[in-house]
Amino acid sequence: MEIKVCGPGCASCEKVQKTVEAAIAAKGVEAVVIKVKDFQEIAKLGILSTPAVVINGKVMCVGRVPKQSEVEQWIS
Amino acid sequence: MLKSLADLIVYRWMGIAPSTTLGDALDFFFYDTMKIFLLLVTIIFVVAIIRSYFPPERARKLLSNKREYVGNLLAALLGIVTPFCSCSAVPLFIGFLESGLPLGVTFSFLISSPTVNEVALVMLWGLFGWKIALIYVSTGVSIAFFSGIVMGKMKLEHLVEEYVYQIKMGESEIAEPSWWERVGYAKDYTIDILKRVWPYVLVGIGVGAWIHGYAPIDFIVKYAGPNNPFAVIIAVLIAIPLYSNAAGTIPIVQALVEKGMPLGTALAFMMAVVAISTPEMIILRKVIKPKLIAIFTGVVSISIIIIGYLFNMIL
Repeated sequence: MEIKVCGPGCASCEKVQKTVEAAIAAKGVEAVVIKVKDFQEIAKLGILSTPAVVINGKVMCVGRVPKQSEVEQWIS
Repeated sequence: MLKSLADLIVYRWMGIAPSTTLGDALDFFFYDTMKIFLLLVTIIFVVAIIRSYFPPERARKLLSNKREYVGNLLAALLGIVTPFCSCSAVPLFIGFLESGLPLGVTFSFLISSPTVNEVALVMLWGLFGWKIALIYVSTGVSIAFFSGIVMGKMKLEHLVEEYVYQIKMGESEIAEPSWWERVGYAKDYTIDILKRVWPYVLVGIGVGAWIHGYAPIDFIVKYAGPNNPFAVIIAVLIAIPLYSNAAGTIPIVQALVEKGMPLGTALAFMMAVVAISTPEMIILRKVIKPKLIAIFTGVVSISIIIIGYLFNMIL
């Protein structure tokens, strides 16, 4: 599984990164987490508001910090 | 009802005599605090639910193919309901321009979004009443509309970093949340905002209560009253660095209005507090040249100053 965390690196984006990593650890799934900080890359994904989480090419959430339980649902 | 509760706390439980300066100030403090927190919880929750229906991606779709004027108005209105944080200013800017939206329309959105701020709306509603809150929202939309049109007419496209026009946006499907998920986000968002603003609200209301009880009337009238022709300009200049502290500044402004500061000056001050945000300007530097940032700040400040004088004349 490929999980992209998009955001320029503000406090909320860091939080999302941690949440996603914690969810992966809790579920014990195989996943690569990629940080997307570059705005051109973010735009290519069709995202206008950060932080955003993209799992296997599907945008799961934009403009907010998801809860760990939510992320666990998405990846299981 | 809240008034009698405040009276009960101060005059009965704390045993402070009514119509004393201390009693007045404390009563004012408790009443305002309760009212503001009640409004904060209700309004922010409702706003968050509405916003969950208008992610910026949808705003972009709704705005695509819109030209000037209609586009500026729609962008200014969407700016109210689209959730937006200054970190998102860059992807949003790129996305809007990429969809062919004129620069002026994009700026209408970027101005209205922080200007019509839900915390400021609550504070105004709670402290000045719904009419002033409504005036605030319509003023915010007008400032965004006119500033966007002015900036569109100035033909500033060459001040946008070249790479912005080369980006091609991708299309992707965004998961639509269920009703209960929306309620969940709205709840989290409300708690998050409350956590962030409560100290400012308390300090602001505290200082407001102090001014209400202790500051002499002629002090305000002398420096910020109707006789000082530069009051609006000075108020705006003071407000710019106070970015986004609507929660703390509005109670103080309310007390100042009570002591004789004209409402237009007060409105201009509050608009400038929320509209011109330094972090947003810094982050926008990634996509626009410093000259455009300066023009942006200038046009918005001048609009706010004009609105301030206009209200001082008619209110």
